[in-house]
Amino acid sequence: MEFFSDLVEYLEINGSVVLEALRDHLYIGLVPVVIAFVLSLPLGFLVVRFAWLRVPLLTLSSILYTIPSLALILVIPGIVQTNILDPNNVVIALTIYGLALLVRTTADGLGSVDPAIVQAATAMGYKPVRRWFTVELPLALPVVLSGLRVATVASVSMASIAALVGIGGLGQLFTRGFQLGFYPPPIVIGLVLSVLLAVAADLVIVLVQRAVTPWTRARQGA
Amino acid sequence: MIEFDDVVKTFPDGTTAVDHLNLTIPDGAITVLVGPSGCGKTTSLRMINRMIDPTSGTIRIDGKPVGDTDPAELRRGIGYVIQAAGLFPHRTVVDNVATVPVLAGTSRKKAREQARELLDRVGLAPHLADRYPVQLSGGQQQRVGVARALAADPPVMLMDEPFSAVDPVVRDGLQQEFLRLQGELGKTIVMVTHDIDEAIKLGDHVAVFAEGGRLEQFCPPDQLLADPGNDFVSGFVGRDRGYRGLSFSSAEHLPVEPADTVVEGLRLALDGDGRALGWDGDGSTGGRLPTEGTFTASDTMRRVTDLAILSPAGAAVRVDASGRVDGLVRHAVVAEHLRTRQLERLRSHGRSTAGAEG
Repeated sequence: MEFFSDLVEYLEINGSVVLEALRDHLYIGLVPVVIAFVLSLPLGFLVVRFAWLRVPLLTLSSILYTIPSLALILVIPGIVQTNILDPNNVVIALTIYGLALLVRTTADGLGSVDPAIVQAATAMGYKPVRRWFTVELPLALPVVLSGLRVATVASVSMASIAALVGIGGLGQLFTRGFQLGFYPPPIVIGLVLSVLLAVAADLVIVLVQRAVTPWTRARQGA
Repeated sequence: MIEFDDVVKTFPDGTTAVDHLNLTIPDGAITVLVGPSGCGKTTSLRMINRMIDPTSGTIRIDGKPVGDTDPAELRRGIGYVIQAAGLFPHRTVVDNVATVPVLAGTSRKKAREQARELLDRVGLAPHLADRYPVQLSGGQQQRVGVARALAADPPVMLMDEPFSAVDPVVRDGLQQEFLRLQGELGKTIVMVTHDIDEAIKLGDHVAVFAEGGRLEQFCPPDQLLADPGNDFVSGFVGRDRGYRGLSFSSAEHLPVEPADTVVEGLRLALDGDGRALGWDGDGSTGGRLPTEGTFTASDTMRRVTDLAILSPAGAAVRVDASGRVDGLVRHAVVAEHLRTRQLERLRSHGRSTAGAEG
């Protein structure tokens, strides 16, 4: 019981710090996913449209994914000329990771669309752009959105690393707990909020997925 | 009218899919392109709506080269039905059917209204309109595919193996209904199939292609069965072409004997209305034997021949429009009738060959 009273006490004193950490975490964790998702669509299109791009682009994205996150965050300010404490360093790093995951799933999703359906659309008189947005992309969505779920959860949990380079986020609560000699309340609060955030983001995507892909739940005899 | 004028299609790997094709496809009729795989029939079909462009030569619809029209515009004016329907899985049945009108600028609401009418026309229950394709049977999906192709009321319809993905019983029903629909609509239809029986059943004209994209013969199906132009065509048409050709021959001029004629010791029993009950013998054959069916003067020789073979008396029973028996035809008479007809045909064919060469 002492633990819970410590927890409450910690929140009472540091409530604004925790809220700020949550807000920062939302920004550093989710903005990269949104950017990566938007960028992955044209890249996925290119991979499917130009088969020769597939191996180099997907290999490159795999290599990017293997770069240690801390190293990447420390190198970025040197490359894009930002302040070492700029949260956008982390946003850029996480965008790269998100993109590395999403290019593959978006390409897989677009590649999984039955060519006969695309041909039928062409034969109906669709022009390429409209066909892509109204036939190919919707049919790729089940796979694309599954990839987005994975990338989102990964991004939210990776965002904790920002604290190690002195940028905010829920990771800050972990470092603070360590500095206080393994004082549990901030660590537990950071952990719980981080998990809740990931679960909530995942849930939002699932709901969106259900709303925009109703046909995937339609089955024979329904 | 769709004209192929010296059309050649060579693919980048060097294979010739279509080899100097000259073909005029008439309006308001079903023309079936048939042949083994790799014969260029599908390539020929797809060149009509520019899914594939020819290497050389010209294709014209009503005198206008298809290459002069923007491909998307051209395609919206040509219905297209493919194997397994090719429906959009993410759209409901009604939205699938409304596709082309919406593309052409009709409001979604109006296009959906028209789509519902079309679904009724192809024999689909209204409650299916709001389902997704995956919730329909193969036969139902194919009907939706036909409705979708008809939605913009195009004068020309292309069909690529439209009935080959459904089981034989369903296929037969779809084919019958397709012929009924075409009877109402009178579209210019070009259909591709590898199934010669389907070609003969559905086509007003049949174009037989051989490997390498050569057109071997183009004529109505009865002529194809009676006079295959060369060994390839007769081989492709099959061994029982004589029997199948009977489908195109009317029983109208077949001489009949009176219904009370005793045939092979059997006499046809009639009820009070003059309908056939069965064959009665002299006692040695046991009880009354079945007739196995009757035919009318508008039936085909195939039906008559079949009935004569099945009949215990070796005679087919003819009835009038109201079902009253008005005569019998023994199989000897059927055989003699067919022999005379074939002799006439060969003589006239001999003359026409001489005429063509002279």
